[in-house]
Amino acid sequence: MEDKKQESGSQPKKAITRRSFLRGAGLSTAGSVLLTTNAFAIDYNEYPVAGEEFGPDAITIKMKVNGITKSLSVEPRTTLASALRDHLELTGTKVVCDRGSCSACTVYLDGEPVNSCMLSVFDVGEKEVTTIEGIAKDGELHPVQQAFIEHDASQCGYCTPGMVMSCVHLVDNNTNPNLEDVKKATRGNLCRCGTHPHVFKATLDASKKTI
Amino acid sequence: MNKFSWYEAKSVEDALQQVNSTVSKELYQATNKAAVFKSGGIDVFDWVKEGLLQPKKVINIRNIPGLDKINFDSKKGLRIGSNVTLAELASNPEIKTNYLALHQAVNHAATPQLRNVSTLGGNIAQRNRCWYFRSAEHECLRKGGYLCYAHHPENGENENHAIIDNGSCVSVHASSISTALMAHNATVVIADSEGKKKEVSMDDFFVSTSKDVSKENILEAKELITEIVLPAPTKNTKSAYIKQVERESYDWSLGDVAVVVEVSGNNTCRSASIVLGAAAPVPYRSMEAQQAIEDKTINAANAAVAAKAAMAIAQPLAKNSYKVPLFEATIKQAILEIS
Repeated sequence: MEDKKQESGSQPKKAITRRSFLRGAGLSTAGSVLLTTNAFAIDYNEYPVAGEEFGPDAITIKMKVNGITKSLSVEPRTTLASALRDHLELTGTKVVCDRGSCSACTVYLDGEPVNSCMLSVFDVGEKEVTTIEGIAKDGELHPVQQAFIEHDASQCGYCTPGMVMSCVHLVDNNTNPNLEDVKKATRGNLCRCGTHPHVFKATLDASKKTI
Repeated sequence: MNKFSWYEAKSVEDALQQVNSTVSKELYQATNKAAVFKSGGIDVFDWVKEGLLQPKKVINIRNIPGLDKINFDSKKGLRIGSNVTLAELASNPEIKTNYLALHQAVNHAATPQLRNVSTLGGNIAQRNRCWYFRSAEHECLRKGGYLCYAHHPENGENENHAIIDNGSCVSVHASSISTALMAHNATVVIADSEGKKKEVSMDDFFVSTSKDVSKENILEAKELITEIVLPAPTKNTKSAYIKQVERESYDWSLGDVAVVVEVSGNNTCRSASIVLGAAAPVPYRSMEAQQAIEDKTINAANAAVAAKAAMAIAQPLAKNSYKVPLFEATIKQAILEIS
């Protein structure tokens, strides 16, 4: 959608307010020289603040992803899906319809499933993002992931990350789901291979193995 | 998406100072200078991704404090902040107990992912889903063109379109939740840039195509929905909502019906509020069905008469005559669900 912007690397701590930064950046030549030398951009990575305007050009913000706070340079038009895939190289999240209709791009925002293709990265703020890469813990697959393998619940695989996210959310929040619950939880997840029966079986099986 | 800046609104007043246009206005007559509101953003970003809306600035109203509350009072009724998500509405126990039609409508809308982000204000203000309207290649009536492509007798793909009030644009409103809200006699609270608030009924909030084809609701640029208010039910109020879709999982409505009635002891309908979704360009209150069932016993025969009366005015297009029997069956079923 837009060019990948360069990531800001590790930056030295130095107290500087956003306003003084903006004033500084207003001196365009001096500002850009300082920015490229990375001596001035320092503390300018945070979350969108009420009463202020950002963009349209890229700015550096913070985002909590899978327990780690990342710094990334993004424009307001950058979707959360694009930020994850193109800026943070978390390509497990898939973009298929790009309109919120297929749920392949499902991630959690503070634990709740959302379509990352329909959110601006600026919508995230201080909320924590969990992607498919954050589901396995300490190298151990989540019971839903394990059950997907055992029940052959994946064919072409494009819908699988989103499908797993929906099913993990169900199993983690409902200790005893029935078939109807699984259908409801995955009602937004399209699978054109038609692997739903295996997804349902895998999820119900996994729910028995989750405490 | 085109490049745009992002303004994080502090308050309703602050947001109203920043905005200069509406999505509807921009679709009808694009300026490329627009500063428009976005809350959940599902509909706004859809238009931006399609290239039909090219905002200069997006004013994020999603985090304005105080617009995310649900308050129920058994005497005063229900007040829903415009930033309340559909997920919050779907799981609210007071709505389930007191406003069953709304509860059912919300639970049949969209996907879990979308419900977690979509707000009620955005849901009722979203634009319709006609494929010609949503297509950058078709400059249709709604976008300032001269033709309703869906209306064409031979080539119009109009199977999902309107069967009532379909003289010009034949799209149907996308919010099936509005069907239930209108049946519950909800009102919309709108704030303007001078700090004034007005409260309009759902019936007056929506604009029919015969009045103004450029928009679907009365919102102007410097106006913002702050609340949706539902009157308190009495102990005799009963409601039901049924939505017909093509498949078992989520889908847009082919036809949905909300019925809210006051019933007296011997199962007689004292007053009825019957609204049809996906029947007309805006949610359609069927006065015909209401009059036919009022003061009658709620039974299969009378429900069928009301359903027939509602559909007597239908004028289906080339490919949607199936909607007439679909609505007849659904209206009858919805009325009988409350008996």
